Amino acid sequence: MARLVIMGGGVSGHTAATFAKKWLGKDHEVVVVTPNSQWNWIPSNIWVGVGQMTKEDVVFPLAPVYGKAGIDFKQAKAVSIHPEGKADDETPFITIESTKQGTAGETEEVTYDYLINATGPKLNFGATPGLGEGTNLGEHTVSVCTADHAVHANEELRKIFDKAKAGERQKILIGTGHGMCTCQGAAFEYIFNIEHEAKKAGVRDNVDIKWISNESFLGDFGIGGLHMNRGGYAASSRLFAESLYSERNIPWLIGAHVSKVEAGKVHYELLDGSTGEEEFDFSMLIPPFAGVGLTAVAKDGSDMTATLFAPNGFLKVDAKYDAGDYANWKASDWPETYQNPTYDNIFACGIAFAPPHPISKPMSSPAGTPIFPTPPRTGMPSGIIGKAVAKSVCDMIQNGKSASLQKASMAEMGAACVASAGKGLTDGMAAALTVYPVVPDFEKYPGLGRDLSHTFGEIGLAGHWIKHVLHHLFIYKAKLKPGWTLIPE
Amino acid sequence: MQKLEDVIKPYDQNFTTMVPTRFVKFFRTCLIWQFIRFVHINIKMILVVAKSH
Repeated sequence: MARLVIMGGGVSGHTAATFAKKWLGKDHEVVVVTPNSQWNWIPSNIWVGVGQMTKEDVVFPLAPVYGKAGIDFKQAKAVSIHPEGKADDETPFITIESTKQGTAGETEEVTYDYLINATGPKLNFGATPGLGEGTNLGEHTVSVCTADHAVHANEELRKIFDKAKAGERQKILIGTGHGMCTCQGAAFEYIFNIEHEAKKAGVRDNVDIKWISNESFLGDFGIGGLHMNRGGYAASSRLFAESLYSERNIPWLIGAHVSKVEAGKVHYELLDGSTGEEEFDFSMLIPPFAGVGLTAVAKDGSDMTATLFAPNGFLKVDAKYDAGDYANWKASDWPETYQNPTYDNIFACGIAFAPPHPISKPMSSPAGTPIFPTPPRTGMPSGIIGKAVAKSVCDMIQNGKSASLQKASMAEMGAACVASAGKGLTDGMAAALTVYPVVPDFEKYPGLGRDLSHTFGEIGLAGHWIKHVLHHLFIYKAKLKPGWTLIPE
Repeated sequence: MQKLEDVIKPYDQNFTTMVPTRFVKFFRTCLIWQFIRFVHINIKMILVVAKSH
């Protein structure tokens, strides 16, 4: 009997665990180690952050689902990986620390035959002074990164609306809280939801809303922007995004590294080297991501973290990490199997794998501050990669280590994204986008890097309906209800 | 319905942007048209999903 241990129970880890258990059956053991007791459909946190959904609508307890599936669930955070075992026992293992009420802080060693790192990111609020301390959100801004954060964000937002109703002019600032953030899409969706809610509440005229981000142009989204087939043109996402902001009377500040956050004020540095301040009454700034801080230990007890992990804390996989200047970047730099190059029984999926380089063009201010989006690995790609990695591990367990591995390169994979503004079935608006491939391939698709027949964007009510369908569909799937395997990632 | 001049000001940051006309805005919320688009977008998304697996 082989044991597969999966660190992380988010979109990617949960997908990997559930499919692995389905394919391996009772013959082998699947263990999930995750510090959270609940699974969260993160895209809908945006609706929680504006009070259109409750926390309970976007989370469910993992234990019953894993119990039913036969997956061993350990509510704990992974601390270290020991891929060579110990001096006297070479069985690889990880150390974990319980986060469960009653046993919190207790440590345990969990041996494995195969390991999948799907920890997701550390929300690195501490990278920007005033944004927070370490992984903890600070007192000056709000976040929608977790369901609890989103609940708090909505509470603060309602206070702002109440003040606006009372005639007090309010300023809302939404965007990214550091020069090297990703997930601009979440902030993009949140700002339009806030604008919509402000209109619904009848306070829009008394609320100034502004966007601030590290993108060098609106519509970069961390993927270097995209072109879509619109009206006979290959239209840039920049036009699409600028149009959305203009239509809603939302000014923007781009190419911005938020260097410091104080009560009611952010300090920023722009790509042109200028600096400035922006005041706010309410602000949601996405933090930068980093690896969760796992260490790797050799059998002699020495630290070998740099062997397993890239400097940003994400796990090294089969990517080309020495591509150099962006002019040399190729689609083939991106990983295909997500297998660690040193240990063939360790894989990564979702945000936990170290990308070879950004997708957006790297830029910096004259002072040398890097200001550009880092690459997103969330949502649909995250699920697809999780499933592919699970299949590879299952094949290795069932057919031997020489089994051919599944490939799921982000340069040969599309993504679908729906950014809503509002939640009603007959009011509000949503932008529905697909992009293929996520990582542009300028050799296969010269010029634009993407397949125009599969890259499109559209604004309308239909996007709302799709977002509703996706919300219920993916929570249904994650709960492993009948037919869950038929729902694609 | 919101007028263009309510949001676009000469020489402002957004003066050079593309903005939707009343025609476009109408179809964004026209239930019959949006139902057709719902089916169309779903098919396009399914094709992208199928191509990605």
